[in-house]
Amino acid sequence: MASVTHSFMKLFRGSSTVPGQGARSVSMTQRLTRRSSGLGAVSRTLQSEEPICVLDIGSTSAANIRYLTERGHKIYSEDLLEASTDPSLITKDEQGQMILDSRRFLADNLVYPPAQFDIVLCWNLADYMHESLVKPVVARLWSTIKPGGMMLAFFHTHEAGPDAPCYRYHIVDNDILEMQHVQARRDLRKGPTGALHTSIEKSFRLQRVFNNRHVENLFRDFGSIKFFLTRDNIREVLVVR
Amino acid sequence: MDTPKTGEFAHIGKSVVIKGELSGSEDLYVDGTVEGTIQLAGNNLVIGPNGHVHADVNAKGVVIQGKLEGNIRASDRAELRKSAVILGDIITQRIAIEDGAYFKGKVEIQREAAKPTSPPANRPEPAVEARSAAAGGTPVTKQ
Repeated sequence: MASVTHSFMKLFRGSSTVPGQGARSVSMTQRLTRRSSGLGAVSRTLQSEEPICVLDIGSTSAANIRYLTERGHKIYSEDLLEASTDPSLITKDEQGQMILDSRRFLADNLVYPPAQFDIVLCWNLADYMHESLVKPVVARLWSTIKPGGMMLAFFHTHEAGPDAPCYRYHIVDNDILEMQHVQARRDLRKGPTGALHTSIEKSFRLQRVFNNRHVENLFRDFGSIKFFLTRDNIREVLVVR
Repeated sequence: MDTPKTGEFAHIGKSVVIKGELSGSEDLYVDGTVEGTIQLAGNNLVIGPNGHVHADVNAKGVVIQGKLEGNIRASDRAELRKSAVILGDIITQRIAIEDGAYFKGKVEIQREAAKPTSPPANRPEPAVEARSAAAGGTPVTKQ
């Protein structure tokens, strides 16, 4: 089991070995408020009186569920980052490199009919998800979004640094978000494997930094892409299928 | 709907395992394992911190502190406490979710069905009323 633990750790390439010791560490309960132009753009659709279907693939947020259901919309919640930490997903590619099994991951997650959602809230998933899952997940998301539907995603810039904490995003107003540091917790979720995971990793690490070209490539199947520049080293990206 | 005191709820202890259809007309506290279906129309279900329910649930109110795999239909409200893990869809009138709860599925808020009144045409439309959720939780209310 120790070797599995070690291998699993290698999947996470962050520089800090002790979560929370980086210069940017924040309290797990502290919430930071930020204005979001991307959310502002999405909110225009959310104000629709017609019920729409929204998928939130960030950490479970009661605030988001409240915000959306109060407007009569259906919300689907699925924490993909947490789901990606299932140790049973670990496999090896043709070169013997440790990867996560994307086919298995997508057999258990993001299982929806095509063109189901009007809006997908992706938040900063791509920055923290293992590389072997990012493109397959984006491809699956593309298929679940209605033509004309939108997806909001956030990406750190290089200036954010390798220890940029992973946040859970709570919608508090049309263009206002609260950010709360996310802590991994699988202990209750997957039975025996939960203990393994909890013992080796309690915080998500930034996996990579996408530049604009990477982001454009990632979303090349979408019809349009719009960048929103912010002052806090996060790029907001709104893509439309 | 707090954790029940002994005697207020029918109690399934943490060492008890039940497989099949579970139905009744009194409130139920499950701290053990249930697989199948739970039908408590008009009554409340509390899944305790040790509870592990793999069943579709139909009840008036549902409070979850443990783990539930299945769909919830709560005619009144659903409360997900911070230790809750829910894999399934929730259809209810009101929902409260504490920070820390894990939820994978759909939330659909249903308006209360029109109650039969006599004569219906003379009654005004019921006012929209927000109700407070459980203390410490993040309220999600709608009626």
